[in-house]
Amino acid sequence: MSIRGAASIAGIFEHPTRHAPDKSLAQLHAEMAKGALEDAGLSKDDIDGYFCAGDAPGLGALSMVDYLGLKPRHVDSTDTGGSSYLLHVSHAAQAIAAGKCDVALITLAGKPRSDGMATGTAPRIVAPTVPDAQFEQPYAPTIANMYAMVAMRHMHEFGTTSEQLAWIKVAASHHAQHNPHALMRNVVTVEEVVNSPLVADPLHRLDCCVITDGGGAIIVTRPEIAKGLKKPVVNVRGAGEAPKHTDGGKVDLSYCGVRFSGRDAFAEAGVAPSDIKYVSIYDSFTITVLMQLEDLGFCKKGEGGKFVSDGNLISGVGKLPFNTDGGGLCSNHPANRGGLTKVLEAVRQLRGEAHPAVQVKNCDLALASGTGGSLGTRHGAATLILERA
Amino acid sequence: MMSATQGKIAAPVPNVETQAYWDGANAGKLLLKKCRSCGQHHFYPRALCPFCYGETDWVEAKGTGEIYSFSVMRRAQVPYAIAWVSLAEGPAIMTNIVNCDFDKIRIGQRVKVTFVPAENGQRVQMFEPAD
Ligand SMILES: [Zn+2]
Repeated sequence: MSIRGAASIAGIFEHPTRHAPDKSLAQLHAEMAKGALEDAGLSKDDIDGYFCAGDAPGLGALSMVDYLGLKPRHVDSTDTGGSSYLLHVSHAAQAIAAGKCDVALITLAGKPRSDGMATGTAPRIVAPTVPDAQFEQPYAPTIANMYAMVAMRHMHEFGTTSEQLAWIKVAASHHAQHNPHALMRNVVTVEEVVNSPLVADPLHRLDCCVITDGGGAIIVTRPEIAKGLKKPVVNVRGAGEAPKHTDGGKVDLSYCGVRFSGRDAFAEAGVAPSDIKYVSIYDSFTITVLMQLEDLGFCKKGEGGKFVSDGNLISGVGKLPFNTDGGGLCSNHPANRGGLTKVLEAVRQLRGEAHPAVQVKNCDLALASGTGGSLGTRHGAATLILERA
Repeated sequence: MMSATQGKIAAPVPNVETQAYWDGANAGKLLLKKCRSCGQHHFYPRALCPFCYGETDWVEAKGTGEIYSFSVMRRAQVPYAIAWVSLAEGPAIMTNIVNCDFDKIRIGQRVKVTFVPAENGQRVQMFEPAD
């Protein structure tokens, strides 16, 4: 069974906040749900499927469906870190295709900025029953140094430079200047990125994403239902997902799981990278983007540095406009999970609702991709191909 | 819990599947698991081989390898070097590189094992330059 054409994205919402100390976590989830329903022109009681991940408080989806007053016949709380929400769109399409629900709601919310969380630079507490914990935690792995090791290896194998990685941040900053809600709206240069302080060699402070409160939501429904609603219809054309891990010690940091999720998404959609007009690529760090662009086939393995240089990712300037909302690198990285906002900007582009300064002309086919967890150890990957109906 | 970012080494929490590894570390031995069925070493150690689910035995590693990748964590109270080291037996192992000038660490550099006490006294493997 393919999900191609089985489901549409009918509603999206990105909370304008980037700092929400005055709201509870559950309250934020409710505001996301309300926002996406208003965008779609649907009401709470239309929802019969609910999707959330580890940012949602409670056992799986149970506390949230209680708090939100939902009575779904299908729930899914699959957690693959920041990529979860890309995967939820795919799982929602599967559930809709199988007749398990008609209107699916996906929510994400978090408050790492209010909580003063040292997101990328402090080791996370891992339960001792996690089998890898005792063999890794003594060495103080952090999100930043795990991704840094991927960048270090890429530089070693392929000659990639810090200046090339910096172009990814530069492109994001060019887009963020037009987003009034973006946390960082200043346009930065390659020099500013490579001269910012080193966090974990070879990644600099400006190679890292922002830390923000906030979140968003997505409504996935049947195309027949979406057609009767108020927004232009965006269809799910293909999807793929894959975990990647340390493989019993056969560690290979030269690629990420998107190699497989992208392959499957392109196969299901029946399109090629050259057909894609716009990409949303999860950007926890600059290296995260470079790895995915290679693994998706937008350039050959090892040539990502050259591909992203000289503004090639800037809308209206380069060949492959990416993250035109400013992405996680400049705009928003709610709950330290960047997958959901990737879907939102892809939908805006396909609807023609992106900021006029960054709107891609004739944007009829877009891709959203992400990873969650750690590229340096184990992560989930998910890729979606979306089209304007 | 203290961590290396504060200059302390977080104590590992052994379990019945892994206690022998940690006893080995206290005796100055780096232990790996080797599969009776497919003959491959793996890391981190499991009772059943992750490649074929065969039964596994503890074997002592040579304790040598080379750096596959690394990163010096600059944004820490006490900077430290994290790495994946490819062991002579094959598997890569997460570790810290110690007893060296961090600015001279290189991918491909030959390293050898050393054991350092964690905050509770349990010794944990780390690697230092072999030459
Ligand atoms: Zn085996």
